[in-house]
Amino acid sequence: MTTADSTQAEKSKKSTSSCVSTQAVINLTLTPEQKIKALADMWRIRRFEQQALKFYNQDKIAGFLHLYIGQESIAVAAASLMNGQDEMITAYRDHGHALAVGMSMEECMAELFGKATGCSKGKGGSMHFFAPDKHYWGGHGIVGGQVPLGLGLAFALKYKKIPACALCFLGDGAVNQGPVSESLNFASLFELPLVIIIENNGYSMGTSLERSSSIQHYLAQRAEGFDMAWGLANGSNYYELRAKLHEAMERARSESKPFLLEVATYRYYGHSIADANAKKYRSAEEIENYKANHDPIILWQKQLLEEKLLTEESITAIDEAAKKEAAASVAFAEASPWPDPESIFSDVYYEVDQDSEAGRTGAHFFSDRV
Amino acid sequence: MPVIDYKTALNQAFAEELTRDESVFLIGEEVAQYNGAYKVTKGLWERFGSKRVIDTPISEAAFLGLGVGAAMMGLRPVVELMFWSFAYVGFDQIINNAGCVRYMSGGLINVPMVIRGPANGGTNVGATHSHTPENFLANTPGLKVVAPATPYDAKGLMIASIRDNDTVCFMENTLLYGETGEVPEGSYTIPLGVADIKREGTDVSFVAHGRAVLTALAAAERLEAEHGISAEVVDLRSIRPLDEETILHSIAKTHRVVLIDENKPFCGVSAQIAAMIAEKAFDQLDAPVLRVTALDAPAIYSMPLEKIQLPTSERIIAKALTLF
Repeated sequence: MTTADSTQAEKSKKSTSSCVSTQAVINLTLTPEQKIKALADMWRIRRFEQQALKFYNQDKIAGFLHLYIGQESIAVAAASLMNGQDEMITAYRDHGHALAVGMSMEECMAELFGKATGCSKGKGGSMHFFAPDKHYWGGHGIVGGQVPLGLGLAFALKYKKIPACALCFLGDGAVNQGPVSESLNFASLFELPLVIIIENNGYSMGTSLERSSSIQHYLAQRAEGFDMAWGLANGSNYYELRAKLHEAMERARSESKPFLLEVATYRYYGHSIADANAKKYRSAEEIENYKANHDPIILWQKQLLEEKLLTEESITAIDEAAKKEAAASVAFAEASPWPDPESIFSDVYYEVDQDSEAGRTGAHFFSDRV
Repeated sequence: MPVIDYKTALNQAFAEELTRDESVFLIGEEVAQYNGAYKVTKGLWERFGSKRVIDTPISEAAFLGLGVGAAMMGLRPVVELMFWSFAYVGFDQIINNAGCVRYMSGGLINVPMVIRGPANGGTNVGATHSHTPENFLANTPGLKVVAPATPYDAKGLMIASIRDNDTVCFMENTLLYGETGEVPEGSYTIPLGVADIKREGTDVSFVAHGRAVLTALAAAERLEAEHGISAEVVDLRSIRPLDEETILHSIAKTHRVVLIDENKPFCGVSAQIAAMIAEKAFDQLDAPVLRVTALDAPAIYSMPLEKIQLPTSERIIAKALTLF
């Protein structure tokens, strides 16, 4: 077991026991349908990304592809707690969050394929999925750069007196970016309803946590430097994760106080699929250990079997439906048209797109037109 | 019409917009209780309170990003940078987030934000505080950039910028804050993308933005008095969107042009204008397109030398005379 591995495992132990979390009111009120939906949503994310990987390897998808496989429980738990006014923002490992908030596989897959039917019309790619109508603000490519935006979402909620919170996700590598520290101070000082969630998968690209953070065990402990509450959760335990998230979100909504939550998790693939060293900076045993013993989907499935909410047959049906939906999204993406070359010049300026007087005044573009 | 200074004109614009629209707020270092490092926001915190006029810690990346996030949610932040030079520690928020999020979201999002502050040399504060990043900003499709030279233009352009639904980078100048001019009371807008002829002329066109407009006007007066040459001064006011027509129209009249720019020459604003003229007005020219820019080194501290590092009337006149 590597140090990073033992750190993650230890965190799982340190976090609240599943017994307590199961009894948390927020989990007691979960209906069987909601529990099964959570499982289905996790499988949908995994099957979607497996299709994406397949077609990335066939050169149908270009650029970077940062897979969320292994971390699915986190986005699903968070999205399940959003109250219709809560906001969400994340970094470039954003497919899971997008699907969890209700974006369709079709629009997401088409975006990966660079097609006009993509959620960003083929202009954003894998790292830049958005759905403001679902309170989902991306999808951001620069490590840590989305955290000040999350601060702005929380600020706007408070400014408008909306009793909701902003959920801002980042990875363990991002905590070392300056704007993240600036934002923690700001959120605490201004008492903003911001829940910052570190999805700690142990590696900032190829650099393990022990080689990137002066505080080795609890990244969220940095919150103490900003007089901010913090906590830990085990990403492999859906009940616990959900209870911890709920606690943080409720605190943000009712007291307008930020919270820094660190979730222990693991990614099965590299930083991105272009990460050639994905199996060099960590051992095969470490990866297999997670798949065998900590997989959030398998463990949640086991839990639901124990609660007699599922049978082997219904599990197969859920998975088959996810696979079918993912395959259909590929067919949709493949059949979709490329964006019109003219579209290069749309969605740059709002005023130009609206053909308003401001948009028609002066030259906005300086190159040849298509 | 009342005569007020540039910073008071801006202050009036903020007061008008804070009163008109509840979604407008001012944020930045020392903008509230201190009344602004250069007093541009004087009295606004007292009048509008801590919700609308907000002091921040020294965290440019955080409050620039906060502005972008709040603007995505429909608020209209006016973010002050004490100096545009300080934008560099938060550049990711301006370029990647304010500048690109609309495009990357396929038009689902817009960022109605104003980022403002002084961007100028000439005050002996050394290179780190003397940057003029209007060229970097205008190089980012998605951002708009304006640089008013007069109090009248400052107020009208600020109100238009706050109401604009895209991010506007508003370049002010500490050396202009005390300059006075006639400014109407109440609200009015000057559209972005419309240049202004600040002086009519027939023999040569001077094209400038920001404080260089005043230098160009002074040079034009002397050129007429001492050499009998009539210079037209085109004030860009807005850099992106750019009023190419007014520039081309002036050149069609004068057939000679000197571009005056406190920006550095390499890929500066004047370089873009020169390329545009070469493409669109080559046949109109009787002489090469010439430029008077900041001398191409980091801003020097030494008082007499910094004066000559920025465009001067003398350099403009000398350059203009070579065209005849």
